[in-house]
Parts: sequence; C-alpha cells; structure tokens
Amino acid sequence: MSNIKQARNALTSRILEGEGKASPSDRRGAFNNSGLVEPLGTLVDKVARHAHRITDEDIAATRKLGLSEDQVFEIVVCAAIGQASRQYDAALAALKDATGKE
Amino acid sequence: MRLRILDSGHSFGTKALFALIRTVSRQPVLDVVKLVKYRADFYGEPMQGVTHEAMRGPSTWSVGDRELMAAFVAKTNQCEFCTKAHAAVAQGAYRDEKKVSALLSDLDATAIEEPLGATLLMLGKLTREHTVDADDIRVVLAAGASPQQIEDALAVCFSFNVIGRLADAFGFFVPGPKAFEAGAKYLLARGYR
Repeated sequence: MSNIKQARNALTSRILEGEGKASPSDRRGAFNNSGLVEPLGTLVDKVARHAHRITDEDIAATRKLGLSEDQVFEIVVCAAIGQASRQYDAALAALKDATGKE
Repeated sequence: MRLRILDSGHSFGTKALFALIRTVSRQPVLDVVKLVKYRADFYGEPMQGVTHEAMRGPSTWSVGDRELMAAFVAKTNQCEFCTKAHAAVAQGAYRDEKKVSALLSDLDATAIEEPLGATLLMLGKLTREHTVDADDIRVVLAAGASPQQIEDALAVCFSFNVIGRLADAFGFFVPGPKAFEAGAKYLLARGYR
C-alpha cells in the first residue's frame, strides 16, 4: 500500500511556507484559488478548473502586473497543487464515509 | 513552453545533463523533465517524492494499472502531453498497445477487468467534477476494490491532477511517439525519482 501523506505534506509545506520569489500570500491565494488580484485570479482559476484552455495571453497578462517568470511559475504550481489537493481530500472523505473508517 | 525560465533557465550542470540525455536517447528532452529540474527544490524534488510513491510504491495495483490510471486522468483533463506520455508507459508495462489505446478511446465499450474499470470511472468523475461522494466510492467497493486500493488510486489521481495542469498551463511541447517511447523506457526502468 502506497502512502503519500508524508510526501504530500512535505510538498505543500515547501511551496507554501518555504522560501520563494512570490509572496507567501500570493502562493496561499493561488493554492486556495481565492483573494488574488486580476488577471492573476483568472489565470489561477483556469489552472484549477480547465487548464487546457490556458493561452499565451493568460500568462502574458500576469507578467504585465510586474510579476517575474519565477513568480508566475510558483503561483501556477501552487494553484495546481491546491486544486488537486481539494479533489484528493474530498475523495478521501467520501472513502471514510463509505467505509466508516479513518 | 510559455515561461522561458523553464526552457532555458537551468543551471550549467542541469544543461549538461540535458545534453547527455539528448545524446543518449537521440530525442529532445521532454518538457516535463525541464519542469522538474528547474529550481528543483521548490517543486520537482518534493513532487517526485509524491509521484514515485504513488506510481512505484507498494500497491496491489500493477505498474501498468497505475500508468493506465495516470493516462486516463490526463485524458479526462484533455492534457495531450500526459495522455500520450503515460499511455506509452502503460503500453510498455502491459506489453499491450491495443488494450491501452482502446480503453483510452472508449472505456465504456472496452472489456476491462474489475475492480480496475469501476476505479477508472470513479477517478474520471473526481477529475471532471472535482469531487465524489460515498455512493461513488461504494460502487468501486462493490466491484471488488479494497479501501487501500481506492486510496492508492487516489494517490495516482492526485499526482496527475497536478502534473496535467502544469503541462497545460506551461504549454508543454508535444513531441512525436519516439520521444514518448524513450521517456516510457526510462520511467519503467527508473521510476519517478
């Protein structure tokens, strides 16, 4: 049986609490898909809901806010991990409901 | 690649590694490799820890089953890069190209053993709708999956719901089949570390 709990906690801690070029609040906002200024909020929401529709213009628009490529890189990573985490946690909760076990 | 740093912002040592990969494989370095090697302490290294455990850690799902799940999640997300990459790995693991192609083209119309079929359907719903409920899980349990098998499948789903989003957001170049075949051989031999 694989157990990704420890590795996933390390990943989330690193991207949200470790050293980065983007601010901790932007990284947290991207992870949670909430509270970001436009057009960053639009990009992050696209990453979360339909990443295949992201265009060159979506990325370019965030650069016009003055964000560096490194900052955009970190924010997109946080957005992807945040949405995948919500999906994973929802399914684990459903598994717990279905089996009555932790 | 939409961010230049991911294409060419790597350290000298990493660029030398890429040159070696190109020489040995005679294929371009896949964009996913460029991503995980860029500032690897931020994303690549901690993510590889998750993905290797999910894809190659102990599980009653075979490597082929887990690679098929990865390709199926990618297909559901309409991520061309990840679908092709992990279809190639699943084909190599199963040694059956037709089975993987048929399943990814039309899961409902293709005979597949349980509990893998029910598990794939649940992962598809989770990926498409972002959630599942206890009834969705009960269907998978009734098809014969153990709770641990479901947890293991969800770990695969987590990894590829991250990687697929990044592939599409960063605009990974989709190369020809030979590049994916070379990548598949590496992943079957070495895993995700």
